[in-house]
Amino acid sequence: MVDWPILSVMLLVPVIGALIMLMVRGDDDLAKRNIRYVALWSTLVTFVLSLVLWANFDPSTPDFQFVEKYPWLGDAISFHLGVDGISILFIVLTAFLMPICVLASWETIQTRVKEYMIAFLVLETLMIGVFVALDLFTFYIFFEGGLIPMFLIIGVWGGVRRIYASFKFFLYTLLGSVFMLVAVLYMFFEAGTTDIPVLMAYGFAPEIQTWLWLGFFASFAVKMPMWPVHTWLPDAHVEAPTAGSVILAGVLLKMGGYGFLRFSLPMFPDASHDFTWLVFALSLVAVVYTSLVALAQEDMKKLIAYSSVAHMGFVTIGIFALNTQGIEGAIFQMLSHGIVSGALFLCVGVVYDRLHTREIGRYGGLVNNMPKYAVVFLIFSLASVGLPGTSGFVGEFLALVGAYKANTWVAFIAATGVILGAAYMLYLYRRVVFGELVKEDLIRLPDLNLREVAIFVPLVIVVLWMGVYPAAFLDVIHVSVENLLNQYGAALAATAEGMAR
Amino acid sequence: MLYKLIVFLPLAGFLVAGLFGRQIGDRASQVVTSGLLVVSALLSVIAFFDVALGGNSYRILVADWIYSGDLAIDWALKIDTLTAVMLVVVTGVSSIVHIYSIGYMSHDPHNPRFFAYLSLFTFAMLMLVTADNLVQMFFGWEGVGLASYLLIGFWYKKPSANAAAIKAFLVNRIGDFGFSLGIFAAFVLFNTVSLDAIFAGVAGAEGATFTFLSWELNAITTISILLFIGAMGKSAQLGLHTWLPDAMEGPTPVSALIHAATMVTAGVFLVVRMSPLFEYSETALTLVTVVGAATAFFAATVGLVQNDIKRVIAYSTCSQLGYMFFAAGVGAYGAAMFHLFTHAFFKALLFLGAGSVIHAMSDEQDMRNMGGLRTMIPATYILMIIGTIALTGFPFTAGYYSKDMIIEAAYASHSPGSQFAFLMGVSAALMTSFYSWRLIFMTFHGAPRSSEEVISHVHESPKVMILPLVVLALGALFAGLIFNGYFIGDGRLAFWGDAIFTMGADVIEEAHHAPLIVKFLPAIMMVTGFLIAVWFYIWRTDLPAALARTWKGLYQFLLNKWYFDELYDWLFVRPAFRIGHFLWKQGDGKTIDGLGPDGVAAAVMAAAKKIRLVQSGYVYHYAFAMLIGVALAVTYFMIGGF
Repeated sequence: MVDWPILSVMLLVPVIGALIMLMVRGDDDLAKRNIRYVALWSTLVTFVLSLVLWANFDPSTPDFQFVEKYPWLGDAISFHLGVDGISILFIVLTAFLMPICVLASWETIQTRVKEYMIAFLVLETLMIGVFVALDLFTFYIFFEGGLIPMFLIIGVWGGVRRIYASFKFFLYTLLGSVFMLVAVLYMFFEAGTTDIPVLMAYGFAPEIQTWLWLGFFASFAVKMPMWPVHTWLPDAHVEAPTAGSVILAGVLLKMGGYGFLRFSLPMFPDASHDFTWLVFALSLVAVVYTSLVALAQEDMKKLIAYSSVAHMGFVTIGIFALNTQGIEGAIFQMLSHGIVSGALFLCVGVVYDRLHTREIGRYGGLVNNMPKYAVVFLIFSLASVGLPGTSGFVGEFLALVGAYKANTWVAFIAATGVILGAAYMLYLYRRVVFGELVKEDLIRLPDLNLREVAIFVPLVIVVLWMGVYPAAFLDVIHVSVENLLNQYGAALAATAEGMAR
Repeated sequence: MLYKLIVFLPLAGFLVAGLFGRQIGDRASQVVTSGLLVVSALLSVIAFFDVALGGNSYRILVADWIYSGDLAIDWALKIDTLTAVMLVVVTGVSSIVHIYSIGYMSHDPHNPRFFAYLSLFTFAMLMLVTADNLVQMFFGWEGVGLASYLLIGFWYKKPSANAAAIKAFLVNRIGDFGFSLGIFAAFVLFNTVSLDAIFAGVAGAEGATFTFLSWELNAITTISILLFIGAMGKSAQLGLHTWLPDAMEGPTPVSALIHAATMVTAGVFLVVRMSPLFEYSETALTLVTVVGAATAFFAATVGLVQNDIKRVIAYSTCSQLGYMFFAAGVGAYGAAMFHLFTHAFFKALLFLGAGSVIHAMSDEQDMRNMGGLRTMIPATYILMIIGTIALTGFPFTAGYYSKDMIIEAAYASHSPGSQFAFLMGVSAALMTSFYSWRLIFMTFHGAPRSSEEVISHVHESPKVMILPLVVLALGALFAGLIFNGYFIGDGRLAFWGDAIFTMGADVIEEAHHAPLIVKFLPAIMMVTGFLIAVWFYIWRTDLPAALARTWKGLYQFLLNKWYFDELYDWLFVRPAFRIGHFLWKQGDGKTIDGLGPDGVAAAVMAAAKKIRLVQSGYVYHYAFAMLIGVALAVTYFMIGGF
């Protein structure tokens, strides 16, 4: 264990980086350069801190670790931080993706560099905050606060239809959040506290749980996103700058899944049990529906965005399978998808930077002059398809094992998504990479440069590492998931006993 | 250590050629990958002596892989006789194909990539056959699928090659869908995915049922059938066979290694490997028998009329795989494995020989443009003849022992479907002989039908291509003679040990006592097929065209491969795209967005327009509105009782 408040420091480092940037004057190239380096170093320091956190994490206990608690608003609301096996890897994921995002924006962002980097650093603090918060109120602030920088990143540095996309994104998520806020307020008045560990043990009455569960569900379902509230995602991805898409797919989508695990399951176990059918139904529709829609896409980013919805369908199925394999698979799938889909958006970014179009039909035959790019793109496509040996397989496999245990129909239908997933990814890859290189402007495209290689190499390594030796990640998760399921089982048993009496 | 080396040397070759191929150049990539594979093959021979002949078996732990709750999956190698046979086949054919490719691919600019893929394939195939649990087998299973995808699409500039590559991957995925559900079901029933643990638990689970989808089904039958669906995909059995002929778009050495000798036999290997499970389900075995027999017949009929030299051999492979399956289905696992073993030699020989022909003919594959090559490339001609007689079962060649045994086993067996299999097997044997000799006659006999220019370039292949063929030819001639005692003869029980499990009667024993007429039947079929081929393609060369005219419907039906591709395209491929487009435009666009954000936005805009009318600018209008608002608020609080 570390004897200094590492979580607070992690929250502060990006903010300090942002403050330093505020002091940089001017808009000349030197100033831009300095700002980029400040951003890179702040995110790298945060990443190292996350590794320190991981190295010092004790995977043998389900208790919260690195706990910090400061009084904040009255007696009821405190600034309470801590991590357990469910949250820690999301923090590492966030901190891992940030330096990559900074590097990915290195040359592409030339206007308002300062504001852009500040938005990203603030976003990093807010995202880490979501995963370390142990107070519902603090959580809510971080959770909703993240909307603002993302809204700006899409709205200011986005594509042609950025205004439409950013408002759609904002309205959808805000609408979901309103329901969650009502639920949060109710819980505060009922339990007299917003402390998450206390609320986990509180035991809300089953009939109340239903409404609270739905309140949280509204928000998380939009974030995931689940069908049918997913339509903001393709638009947001298409318009967002590359790094924005990476964070959106890599981290923001994971907050919904994390929310289910942190709140819905432990706090509303009876409702979670009762609503399993709803989650399964929506997830299955998502898997099949969005996979088919992805098949018909002509825009690279839209296709990957739709594939994200399908992959998140596996996650929700895994979580609500409510068994060890399902939940561990869901967590693993979220981590894997964070890396893989982020990497796929970076792959799109590479060619978008060169040709300024995302239209699949404009490409073809890139393997001829961009062989390195072809290899990298292939590896991530295969990981997305869930090929064994890549990270994508482990999560998908475990989630499906869990689903099969819960309900064979669910596993059966979800597994068809694996076939469709291969169809749309390979079809995309073929149209972009394979074939004869005939188009004039494509012939001149250069292969990956050093900066781009530096971005992709760590991603490739992690994807293969997670696929070949997932134990390094799963070992961290086991005890917390076991504990979560034990609590869940005990709560259901208690309710059943209460009913019997 | 020995076994780890066998499996991981090809991986090392892949990494060297794949990562540094550009730096070290073509020659070094060829030497490194081929050299490592030859070492691997030699070690496999040692392993064969130790395990298959010495009677040892091992389980070698490499690392832990996926642990989650009660699910425990290791990276581990299971070495028994079944594995040892596969090790020899895989590394043997693979090293031969590597060496052959040095000559065959000498004009290709992407040598390092090609050899890297070949080694990657070999590694994945070895992981498959050494798998200690179902999930690791699935790793190898998908890995060979990937390598197959990459190699079919190796010439990525050809649209047809790309289409074939995707088709192969997707059709296999459909099979894998069954395979993975089978793994889940096995895990639920046995609480493990380890092969040994499953086999130990089968007897106790006999008659057990579980709920699959909405039905209460026999657990072992369900698992077996699901796994068999995977096998059907990989081994191109009827229904999921459509990818194999198209896979011929890949370079010919690939067809020999992957689509004849090794990968496509993985399905047969799976069924034999899982024999302790399949034996407890008569239903599943019957299905294996019927599907295998139907495939043997179907593919042979299509092979009769194809004109592409590689496609003929591809359909022949498909048909021979059918033989292996129905052999397993009737319980003659040893015969299935024996045919797999001998088939690897003569089918790889035929493919590589065809490659030599194509190489000589400046990449011509249509047999209608060949003819008369006998004198121009005599070595290839002789080697192809050897492959052909081995395939058709000429006495004392490899096919004579393995294929005849399968037909006799089908006759002798009393399991359901075996008589159908016998019938299909015998008639397919006739067709096999016919299309094989047809290939020889169209290619090598008669007058040359190609252009002067092509003819002037015809040349015998270099030594580096011919010598590997000679090795295979020796196998095709003598493998049956040497090994039949072990695989299906008196030594079979000692040879297989625990690797194969059979309940009930020993089918192979009964097959040895089959009546003489049954034993002679395959030979009669072989001679008949040969004579018809001679009649059609040597004596009366006008007959085939006349027949095709008379039986136009049948001819078109066969030529178009029973219209499977058209059917699937109409049934699955086009609807998937159409539904996807519909859901996108109508579902997401019109319905969800229309009623959701866009609809709300439009409604707000409309309301705002109306409200704008209220903004008249007169103070008393606003005052009135405020008054109403206050009144409403007061009413609310009064009634609400706050």
